[in-house]
Amino acid sequence: MGVEGIGARVARKEDKRFLTGKGRYTDDMTVPGMKYAFFVRSAYAHARILSIDTAAAEAMPGIIAVLGGKQLQADGIGNLICGWMIHSKDGSPMKMGAWRPLAHETVRYVGDAIAIVVADSLSEARDAAEAVVVEYEVLSAVTQASLALADGQPQIHPEAANNIIFDWQLGDGDATDAALARAAHVTEMKIVNNRLSPNPMEPRATLGIYDDAEDHYTCYTTSQNPHVARLVMSAFYNVAPENKLRVIAPDVGGGFGSKIYIYPEEIVCLWASKKTGVPVKWTSDRTEAFLTDAHGRDHETTVKMAFDADHRIIGLKVDTIANIGAYMSLFSSATPTYLYATLLSGQYDIPAIHANVRAVYTNTAPVDAYRGAGRPEATYVMERTIETAARELGVSPVELRRKNFIRSFPHQTPVIMNYDAGDFDASLDAALAASDYAGFPARKAAAAARGMKRGIGMSCYIEACGIAPSAAVGSLGAGVGLWESAEVRVNAVGTIEVLTGSHSHGQGHETTFAQLIADRFGVPMDNVNIVHGDTDKVQMGMGTYGSRSGAVGMSAIVKALDKVEAKAKKIAAHLMEADESDIVIENGELKVAGTDKTLPWFQVALAAYTAHNLPSGMEPGLKETAFYDPSNFTFPAGCYICEVEVDPETGKTQIVQFVAADDFGNIINPMIVEGQVHGGIAQGIGQALLEAVHYDPANGQLITASYMDYAMPRADDLPSFQLSHQTTPCPSNPLGIKGCGEAGAIGSPPALINAITDAIGNNDLSMPATPQKVWLAANVAH
Amino acid sequence: MAKVKMTVNGRQVGSECDDRTLLVHFLRENLGLTGTHVGCDTSQCGTCVVHMDGRSVKSCSILAAQAAGSDIVTIEGLASGGELHPVQAAFKANHGLQCGFCTPGMVMTSVDMIRRHGAALDEATVRAELEGNICRCTGYHNIVQSVLAAAAEMGGAKEAAE
Repeated sequence: MGVEGIGARVARKEDKRFLTGKGRYTDDMTVPGMKYAFFVRSAYAHARILSIDTAAAEAMPGIIAVLGGKQLQADGIGNLICGWMIHSKDGSPMKMGAWRPLAHETVRYVGDAIAIVVADSLSEARDAAEAVVVEYEVLSAVTQASLALADGQPQIHPEAANNIIFDWQLGDGDATDAALARAAHVTEMKIVNNRLSPNPMEPRATLGIYDDAEDHYTCYTTSQNPHVARLVMSAFYNVAPENKLRVIAPDVGGGFGSKIYIYPEEIVCLWASKKTGVPVKWTSDRTEAFLTDAHGRDHETTVKMAFDADHRIIGLKVDTIANIGAYMSLFSSATPTYLYATLLSGQYDIPAIHANVRAVYTNTAPVDAYRGAGRPEATYVMERTIETAARELGVSPVELRRKNFIRSFPHQTPVIMNYDAGDFDASLDAALAASDYAGFPARKAAAAARGMKRGIGMSCYIEACGIAPSAAVGSLGAGVGLWESAEVRVNAVGTIEVLTGSHSHGQGHETTFAQLIADRFGVPMDNVNIVHGDTDKVQMGMGTYGSRSGAVGMSAIVKALDKVEAKAKKIAAHLMEADESDIVIENGELKVAGTDKTLPWFQVALAAYTAHNLPSGMEPGLKETAFYDPSNFTFPAGCYICEVEVDPETGKTQIVQFVAADDFGNIINPMIVEGQVHGGIAQGIGQALLEAVHYDPANGQLITASYMDYAMPRADDLPSFQLSHQTTPCPSNPLGIKGCGEAGAIGSPPALINAITDAIGNNDLSMPATPQKVWLAANVAH
Repeated sequence: MAKVKMTVNGRQVGSECDDRTLLVHFLRENLGLTGTHVGCDTSQCGTCVVHMDGRSVKSCSILAAQAAGSDIVTIEGLASGGELHPVQAAFKANHGLQCGFCTPGMVMTSVDMIRRHGAALDEATVRAELEGNICRCTGYHNIVQSVLAAAAEMGGAKEAAE
């Protein structure tokens, strides 16, 4: 490892622009003639639209157009789709209802877009939107999934009887039932995974620009995957063919999953730009973000974990109801199925598992992947249940986990996944040591003397990242392949541009990807530029989510670098009259091993472009492209231990210690990896202590639609974190990377709830564990 | 419409704006200073923090007209002569930013915090003072480290000068 190579704590190349106000986000973009959009949205959770009167709005100052769904449909713009087909256990395909970019017949959640107002200024657009008169026939609404599937509830889409989109299963039901029947002990729990709003600090925004002369569209958007946006808008929404549509995701201020999806606003602003002849910019305000950004989680689960007399887990049965919201978002079907049930083996050797998942429409915002996407839900089920089992069995939660750990790899679980590497004891041991687990009883006694209830809880998580082998996900219903692309361009002076289909929105790709090049060729990082986020520059890519940018995106770069290196060596061998196999690359030079013959990197690059003296038949230039399709998922795993003190007078929980021990495989930049873990843990603590999306069950109104009502974790809600890494390199990709983006959000909620329930001596506690809930639970225990 | 004049980053500026224009929109739309961000609509997130007459303010909670005649410093005006301000440098050295969206507000808040508390800042005070700035990426861990490092650096520099 050099000062800039793999494993170095290099400060980020991209920081200066963000620190000096030179970051360029979508809302910062202006183009000549640009106008502003505001959306008219449904005030009701469920209603038939009887009429839309835009006359008064159109007469207001500065108004260019008020456009609705009938016009959109007449122009052939398609409905939004879910790109992952799930079949129910009876073999029938999922029952997807229509999601129109602008509703003109029925609205199905508060915030459903009805019309777009385009005006000279945002305030004029906003004022005019107030003047659009929509006459509704209000229908009854249902917001909770387990209620929505009962008879007699409002029917949200005609396609989905009882609002059930699919009734899906995974695993061996008979074997699992048999295990439950012969078990010495069964731990059964009902577990709710609370609904969250992702809340990247940059609200969604889009700027649609139609160029009449070229019949060409440009879309600036807050996207984690601009190429997927272009693909979907071309292939399904009929906005424009791919060669007529450029999608640019410039600096993007966080995503956490919510910016994977294509939303109505991108489609409508592009279409409106053509209709009006002006560029149209829309920027969400925070209330709109709460109303319309895809939410996360929202599972209701019953779990049964069966143990033999020796406390080995012999079976696991899970029944989950997943709230999908009013429409099926792009990957909404995969999140509660293949990203969830496939992780229900956790870190444990379980011979029989059966999961049943019913996905249900409700009159709420669409629900899709949010940091972790299914894996936090699976981990919460597993780690709350095994902790509860330890309490019921009267054994140490550490030893119960240890007794059931998988220790031999590869390990085929009963739920598809094949774990390729790991050392679960190593992370558990590291976390126990870092948290001084053995010293806890003394700390608890000291806290009790101060009148405080101290508790400790842990979570041993595993997740699946590096999403994903294309053929495998294709066989499971994915509508896309999940490879990644890279192009490495060596310029004639030896500087390097790397074009990647990954997208950085906080992850620091401009640094870590450049570290890889510096490590490989010994060129300074300053000579390496990472290009991403523009479909005109990068041909194709699948974007950033599921901790795939390292394991998949960088692997594609490695493949392209292999080709560049092979060609550079051929040129160097030719110029130095040596055998190609004797050429080595060190410190920015190509050398003939065992001699003093050497050529600087830039000279080889220059030779490739002058082409005066290349090996016979070689094409000029030094630029290579690669596509990398992973052969397996990657399996980051670790152990989190949380220690809390609960004030029994107020129910307030204080986190006094948070220890994370993670195995992410090999690490490129430890500083950036630590930052990812910090942020993930904060979101997990947010879920466990603070955050919840609440709808009024009576009428479907969103109650938590601002930062006054939705409790975001703030600096004084959180402790500093103690991190460590244990490393088993991932065997399935060339860099041995597993991925680190979601671990914190996956591992932390159960650790925290296990700690609080330990402190108060009452296991009946749901997230978020607000002071009110904790106080009640603590006093019920009394 | 009103013509509003103020000093921004050391320069006299004046621009016509609607009476209801917020300072943040005046900076972003009228002056093109897009480093100051809008992350909410309830004065909670702090991505819009700038300095007004030397004190940090949320530029979303003040009208441009109210700022007339004042001296405004935005994130674009903090570094001097190509050198990062010590707080900016500390955020870079300590990985105190990820997506960068909350960063301008965090930095401007931190500069004011250090001005008021100096090298005496401790972690609990930093966390309490950051209550009005929301970050979704960093979990605040490295932001707190950045502020403490900058406070130590700036406090140390002050002592050296005395």
